[in-house]
Amino acid sequence: MLLKRLTPWLTAALLSVSAVFAHAQAGKTPDALIKEVSSDVLDAVKADKSIKQGDVNKVIALVDAKVMPHVNFQRMTASAVGRYWRQATPEQQKRLQDEFKILLVRTYSGALAQVQDQTVELKPMRAGADDKEVVVKTEIKGRGDPVQLDYRLENVGGTWKVYDINVLGVWLVENYRNSFSQEIGASGIDGLITKLAERNKAAGATKS
Amino acid sequence: MKRAGLLSLIAALLFALGGCATIKDARGGPGARLDPWESWNRKVFAFNEGLDEKVLKPVATGYAKVVPQFARRGVDNFFANAADAWSAVNNVLQGKPEPALQDVVRVTTNTVFGFFGLLDIASEFGLEHHYEDFGQTLGRWGFGAGAYLVWPVLGPSSVRDSAALPADRWFASPAEYIKDGRWQGGITVLQIVNTRANLLGASKLLDDIALDKYSFIRDAYLQRRRSLVYDGDAPATPEPIDGPEPAASAPSAAASAASPAASAASAPQ
Repeated sequence: MLLKRLTPWLTAALLSVSAVFAHAQAGKTPDALIKEVSSDVLDAVKADKSIKQGDVNKVIALVDAKVMPHVNFQRMTASAVGRYWRQATPEQQKRLQDEFKILLVRTYSGALAQVQDQTVELKPMRAGADDKEVVVKTEIKGRGDPVQLDYRLENVGGTWKVYDINVLGVWLVENYRNSFSQEIGASGIDGLITKLAERNKAAGATKS
Repeated sequence: MKRAGLLSLIAALLFALGGCATIKDARGGPGARLDPWESWNRKVFAFNEGLDEKVLKPVATGYAKVVPQFARRGVDNFFANAADAWSAVNNVLQGKPEPALQDVVRVTTNTVFGFFGLLDIASEFGLEHHYEDFGQTLGRWGFGAGAYLVWPVLGPSSVRDSAALPADRWFASPAEYIKDGRWQGGITVLQIVNTRANLLGASKLLDDIALDKYSFIRDAYLQRRRSLVYDGDAPATPEPIDGPEPAASAPSAAASAASPAASAASAPQ
């Protein structure tokens, strides 16, 4: 009951990043992009036996290669770190970004293991044609209850990039914001970097 | 008789808490300022974690190994069916007749044709769960969430959701409808173990991705409840005033508070 409401966090968290396979997607509307990419990733996962059996390393490699260029990690990190971002040196900022990126990739990869026979349904998007920032709402349907999965995308020079993800009503960046500021309050920005690095290392060591 | 007494106690509690949980909180975002009892909550959380580690997780792991997937899904469906009935009541209380009707159809279909809820036939007809509970109803009526609260065993809650807890626990659980005491206990235990088994993957992942499990769960819980009150359409919470993205007028209700100028602000490498 403690984690009941966080369950499909995993499932959806992964698909969040899936949304941004772009190859030659310039000019696509953000919702068409998300739909296509989500479906692509779900299909890829369904087809790959080793991913289904939980080979997380393979998944991390997949996410790293295909998805990274299309998520604005800098903005996500800056947003999660909040007001301390400006106080960080460029080097600290880079380290924060790197560690947060690993953390997020692990989240998605872990979520992949939970994906089974699911489809993505796009919900109507409420945005003006000229909006530079939109929210795309989707729902993952399949076994069990539909999972709400929303993305915030921004348009940078014609390309849409994801900068926040919402699973079951929880915006990822916002959720980390309190943890981050708590950690910075306790042990400074370097303390946060160390904690993130530790967490990533520990998670990497306990690969199942 | 006992029930009436308890209901009036709940009503009294609600009015008392109405003073603490302001309407402003219902619209505000989650955060440390909604956790004035943090030190106490953390202790309870630690206790729950210990209990989970020593008792609940091993039992749930065993259950997951032994019980076949289709049977577990049957159990899920059974409990979801009872929750649907309560959800219908809450939809009515919130003034949403259409979802209420859908819930009623769900419950009747699944009970009659789905062996008392073991099969989820209604979903195959396209009728979705709505999962309204009394806590959300109170939120809809304007009660803010109030302070974050962690109960022993039961886990995360808020002042408002705790006021709704007796209602939500009793009316949403099938155990309530079965008068035999032995069955009641057994059903409640099954519900707890089954839920925990469903969450085994999630809890493992949580250990990997949460810096501080307590705050991660707290913030996710508060965000999620807020989103549920708004049925998935919660207005964006503004980012901290001195954050990198200054609040700007949103192009649409669903757009975030950050503006394009913010990307420029965080651009310097």
